[in-house]
Amino acid sequence: MQQERLRRAMMFMPGNNPAMLQNAGIYGADTVIFDLEDAVAISEKDAARHLVASAIRRLKYPCEVAVRINHIQTPYGLEDLKAVLPAQPDLIRLPKAENARDIRDVDEIIAAAEKAHGFAPGSIKMMAAIETAKGLLQAYDIATASPRMVALAIGGEDFVADLKTTRSKEGTELFAARSHLLLAARAAGINAIDTVFSNVNDEETFIAETKLIKQMGFDGKSVINPRQVRLVQEIFTPTEKEIRQAERIIAAYKDALEHNSGVIALDGKMIDTPIVIRAERVLAYAAAVRR
Amino acid sequence: MINAVGRLIPDAIKGIAPVRPYAGPFAAVPAGRTAGPKLRANNPGSDKLMKSIDQAIEAAGLRDGMTISFHHHFRNGDFVLNQVVEAIARRKITGLTLAPSSLNDINDAILPHIEAGVITAIETSGARGKLGKLLTSGKLAKPAVIRSHGGRARAIEAGELKIDVAFIGAPCCDHYGNINGIEGRSACGSMGYAMVDAAFADKVVAITDNLVPYPATPISIPQTQVDFVVILDSIGDPAGIASGALRISRNPRELLIAEYAAGIIEHSGYFRNGYSLQLGSGGASLAAARFIKEKMLARGITGSFGLGGITAPMVEMLEQGLFQTVFDVQDFDVSSIQSLKNNPRHVEVSASYYANPHNGGPAVNNLDVVILSATEVDVDFNVNVITDSNGVIMGASGGHSDTAAGARLAIVVAPLLRGRLPMVIDRVHTIVTPGETVDVVVTERGLAVNPRRTDLIGNLKGSGLPVMSIEELRQIAYDLAGRPAEIRVSDEVVAVVEYRDGTIIDVVRKPL
Repeated sequence: MQQERLRRAMMFMPGNNPAMLQNAGIYGADTVIFDLEDAVAISEKDAARHLVASAIRRLKYPCEVAVRINHIQTPYGLEDLKAVLPAQPDLIRLPKAENARDIRDVDEIIAAAEKAHGFAPGSIKMMAAIETAKGLLQAYDIATASPRMVALAIGGEDFVADLKTTRSKEGTELFAARSHLLLAARAAGINAIDTVFSNVNDEETFIAETKLIKQMGFDGKSVINPRQVRLVQEIFTPTEKEIRQAERIIAAYKDALEHNSGVIALDGKMIDTPIVIRAERVLAYAAAVRR
Repeated sequence: MINAVGRLIPDAIKGIAPVRPYAGPFAAVPAGRTAGPKLRANNPGSDKLMKSIDQAIEAAGLRDGMTISFHHHFRNGDFVLNQVVEAIARRKITGLTLAPSSLNDINDAILPHIEAGVITAIETSGARGKLGKLLTSGKLAKPAVIRSHGGRARAIEAGELKIDVAFIGAPCCDHYGNINGIEGRSACGSMGYAMVDAAFADKVVAITDNLVPYPATPISIPQTQVDFVVILDSIGDPAGIASGALRISRNPRELLIAEYAAGIIEHSGYFRNGYSLQLGSGGASLAAARFIKEKMLARGITGSFGLGGITAPMVEMLEQGLFQTVFDVQDFDVSSIQSLKNNPRHVEVSASYYANPHNGGPAVNNLDVVILSATEVDVDFNVNVITDSNGVIMGASGGHSDTAAGARLAIVVAPLLRGRLPMVIDRVHTIVTPGETVDVVVTERGLAVNPRRTDLIGNLKGSGLPVMSIEELRQIAYDLAGRPAEIRVSDEVVAVVEYRDGTIIDVVRKPL
């Protein structure tokens, strides 16, 4: 199932830096996001979109490859799509999503490109970043606007500015937004991805924040530095104890299915569907770590 | 003739006799006896203190055509070599062989004296910058001789490198020539390279900016080996001698290589109580220390000794009890110098003790693991650390081939690409370390184990490390950057690269 792909660490790479594009795949990120938006100056936009398209065509990346395009309502978004879609990225990330129409517009452009280049329909996925209060209130509509949608992300810096506050170490100001985004993503059955943490030298706060969002239920986090990839993945790695317990749950579940037992129990506790799903998830993470 | 690593070595090389081709890492069997300095006497009441370098040069009897030596413990803060060569030039002495343990950028200042014929031959570990270009230019009277640290100690002890006068920068010295490197403003720590020169040169001149009351202790180089003492205002720049607080790399590519290197050690079969380790001084090699330390703590492993050029990460591991002893031939930073001074488990050793293959057994023979850098590596695992992508000398042999030969696990770390150039290639331009002694090559895109090491290949299975063949690594590099064109060279040999046993493993030909 496509949506069960792990997206623990989605790493941004500036789209206009050839050395970074060349090495983007070596750090073990689950997804690399080549950025054509904020990391790229206006004078560099054209060079970046062609460089990114060429990198996707020629280099073999061992992970999911995404492109963050400029917003489709800006003068650059359409040009970005025109340049990168023929290279068949796995995923297009739309910034500053505020309504379902933006998603549908991009969906149509992607569909046309898939047809024109002979790619399988629906093969190029989409995700959207919510970066405003207005967008957040439309989060579920955005998440469900296209079957291509695989994830919602929160763009913390812009969102906090829109709230007229600043980011704190504890993240109090993002609590409502993260919760709401998570609910929307879960209701739509897609991934929820947390915002970047921009002080790469403050590992302590980064770890605390990552633990917080994992506990909240997020599937992963956007990162801006290769060093953050490992930290996120360590936090999202199940412990040996969790893995062993998950294996026992799955075994008990399979055993019950084979014997048509109505009620499944393990160590005196009832095993129902959510517990089985959670166990499957733990094992999927564990398998990803082993890879 | 073709040597055992397939390099064409001319049968005759000007100024090099005999030409002995490399035949394998342990093929050469030494014969004869250790060389030694001329007998000399200093009667009671004699005065070793000289008023100037000039007076010491005269007293030492330095004449045209002789061989002079220096140590490179002061690295880029060295004021000794340049001042001595200046003084020699003023005395119109010519045709000297310069045989320092290595050369640094700061020594570029002697170039005019080489052009003027004061120095006409150079035997050393390597050179960078302008001196490297000069060595590659063919302007010397005979090809430069490149030796490893162990190979130089061997050549001196065997009498192949006969030092007439050794000039030894002495951070702490008394009037009768007892020397150590741990006191004074120009403290450099271990005097390991200078020890061999002091023991075997016919005349030894100590040059200090820190004359202390007799006796200077501890004694690294004893008065019995020293003929003259000269006091200068300053023999070095502390900032150039040792770096301050060492910054561990934040370069994600280096960190990734470091992590792989540490992973190899962990799964190699050598990672157990009592193992020994040498870290290189390159970014990835130093960064590996952090990961190795984590793994040692996690698995409760303590090592027997750390070796080498010593840096802060090794000192930290010594202080934390992760290693029992540190053997120190050279120090790179202030904390290593302090540790040598204060920690009795931090032991100063000579270059011969460190790496000379032709003595009763050097420290490298007991080394389990070494992490080494490389300029380029080829599919036969041969390593070049001496010439650049234009065939110009820009590095030093150092202890590379010594530790690779001695260690049970020699790990070479290098980025797969530098700029647009692949670093894993078909054939390195110059072989310094033979592939037979290299066990693993680690890059940011994967690692390759020498096919000779079937045991290691087995041990690394299931480690999760990205193991591939060396040909696959090369192909990844070529796919990204293309196959580099061979460097075109003339027939003129401008340098010979001696293997540590004194045979010729490769020659550097003048680039066209």
